Amino acid sequence: MNHIVCFAYVPDTETKIKVAADGVSIDEADVKWIVSPYDEYALEEALKTKEATGGTVTALTFGPARADTGLRECLARGADEAVRIASDGLGQVDSLGVARLLAGVIKTLPHDVVWMGNKGVGTDAQVLVPMLAELLDLPHVNLVTKLEWKDGAIVAHREIEGAEEIVEMSLPGVIGATKGLNEPRYASLKGIMAAKKKVIAVKTPADAGVEPATIAGPAAHVRWTKLELPPARQAVKLIPGDDPAKAATELLNLLKNEAKVL
Amino acid sequence: MSNVLVFIEQRDGKIRKSSLEALTLGNSLSKKTSGALGAVIAGSGISGLAPELAAYGASRVFVADKPDLALFSSEGYTAALDAAATAFNPSIVLASATAMGRDVAPRFAARRGVSVLSDVMSLDVANGRITGERPVYSGKARVAVTAAESAAIQVATPRPNVFPASKADAPGAGEVVNLDLGTLTIRAKVVKIQAAEAGEIDVAEADKIVTGGRGIKGPESWPVLRALCTELGAALGASRAAVDAGWIGHEHQVGQTGKVVSPSLYIACGVSGAIQHLAGMGSSKVIVAINKDPEAPIFKVATYGIVGDLFQILPAMTEAAKKLKA
Ligand SMILES: Cc1cc2nc3c(=O)[nH]c(=O)nc-3n(C[C@H](O)[C@H](O)[C@H](O)COP(=O)(O)OP(=O)(O)OC[C@H]3O[C@@H](n4cnc5c(N)ncnc54)[C@H](O)[C@@H]3O)c2cc1C
Ligand SMILES: Nc1ncnc2c1ncn2[C@@H]1O[C@H](COP(=O)(O)O)[C@@H](O)[C@H]1O
Repeated sequence: MNHIVCFAYVPDTETKIKVAADGVSIDEADVKWIVSPYDEYALEEALKTKEATGGTVTALTFGPARADTGLRECLARGADEAVRIASDGLGQVDSLGVARLLAGVIKTLPHDVVWMGNKGVGTDAQVLVPMLAELLDLPHVNLVTKLEWKDGAIVAHREIEGAEEIVEMSLPGVIGATKGLNEPRYASLKGIMAAKKKVIAVKTPADAGVEPATIAGPAAHVRWTKLELPPARQAVKLIPGDDPAKAATELLNLLKNEAKVL
Repeated sequence: MSNVLVFIEQRDGKIRKSSLEALTLGNSLSKKTSGALGAVIAGSGISGLAPELAAYGASRVFVADKPDLALFSSEGYTAALDAAATAFNPSIVLASATAMGRDVAPRFAARRGVSVLSDVMSLDVANGRITGERPVYSGKARVAVTAAESAAIQVATPRPNVFPASKADAPGAGEVVNLDLGTLTIRAKVVKIQAAEAGEIDVAEADKIVTGGRGIKGPESWPVLRALCTELGAALGASRAAVDAGWIGHEHQVGQTGKVVSPSLYIACGVSGAIQHLAGMGSSKVIVAINKDPEAPIFKVATYGIVGDLFQILPAMTEAAKKLKA
């Protein structure tokens, strides 16, 4: 089977976020970039499946040149091929634009399973899995915590509010991974060395069959207009804990009468 | 004049509260745009739910009632939303940002060639365009998002538990329109739902949450937290440290790789307040921290804090909560 893993290359979750001068994007100085955590579960499951049943794993990302480091990370863990759709000069592209670019390139590659994370950390949009599936005319299952393989189909456990859904899906299809699916591996030294020698295929929007003017700038249907740091929270009201009964009563009174949440 | 269409989610024939929140929001948007409010619901044996939607202001209720829709499928439920949108011609479409709403709304949006204002915590409309705000970068920033002129249809998924649900001052006509979806091709389909333990409130939908971290020492301490949950009507949350130690299932995890929650009250017990934990609960209205370490970062985001031993404080809180109710 041929597996494609789509990942977002995002600021490390520990990174301090600063707003850039344009007021809509982040200041990228001092940011450390990582493969988005949910996408690691997607990659791991693709690699495990390939190891069990054969085939290839292609890592795919849409981003600037720095995302090549993320692609090398995927290669080092065991991906066979790496493809980047260059984002240079496009400016703001909304989720539909990203989905169109990914779909355009995926259509040119053999694919039985397209793997994604349930959420790209940073934009935190959680929309690309169904969007990409729709554009590829494929079924999808998102929020997957457990997978079983059947002939030409999968049975997935999907986490919903207060319950779990068991979903049967025929292949080809799109699978959105979430935490619980597996424990992502680290790259081996041998893998890291081998990854250095591999070639990253860099594609343009034209290769995806997408005219940039139809996804960027005014053509983006959803636009970020202002990025801000959240307002500082008020300083904490500390209650001494040495007399637990007294502290508890005081806290509950505050919750009821001051905060009005009880 | 622009119509507002709201996707309604039901489970076991009961409308989800988050959908009523979205419908209430839709009602206020439709008033601002002088448009009509429509609702669309899919399932099997669900026609009787229309009057409840009318009470929240729906003038038309599109019903896709078919045995194949008894359990959720993204393709089937999206077909229902799509058919309702064709009939109702909305310029604004809302679905709550639940697991189901997040499945259906983006698929529908992609079909109509637009994007989604995802997981918004505020939403308004001016000159026919919707604008909202949402947390990004794991809650370390927030962004104002807007639907551009070029979007013929504007799709948004409001976050559950943030917008109030209330019946309309004037109920809608609730005219039922049955949707004929023809033969559906469904390639991914729910075959079974396994409910969590009976009586368990899900953290993503809860209005109050009591969370335990590594500081609770082990799974034998959950009853101490659950007792307080019962008194407050709260859901039980957990930090990743507690989940990864195998003390409780991932469905309880709050944070970057768990659930993102916005309850009105969040009580963190024995949780240090790592940035990835804050990513999940930083937008809670009131945060209470109970931790024996006065330097714990959780106190930086907390509204109220008790520096002390949770094994002494929590039972005392359960007692105090009982007295408060009495
Ligand atoms: C990519 C990534 C994703 C992550 N995602 C998540 C996530 O989704 N959710 C999440 O929670 N974490 C997440 N983490 C992990 C996070 O970094 C922290 O490791 C984790 O939140 C720590 O959990 P904790 O606060 O329970 O434990 P600790 O940090 O060990 O804190 C325990 C606290 O308990 C207090 N304590 C101990 N005993 C008592 C007592 N008797 N009474 C009162 N207080 C006591 C201590 O003072 C301490 O502050 C993620 C990390 C990474 C790298
Ligand atoms: N720039 C990107 N390139 C490739 N895949 C992406 C990109 N952004 C997001 N994705 C994929 O889409 C998933 C969901 O992202 P999102 O809908 O933005 O939260 C991620 O987990 C990735 O698998």
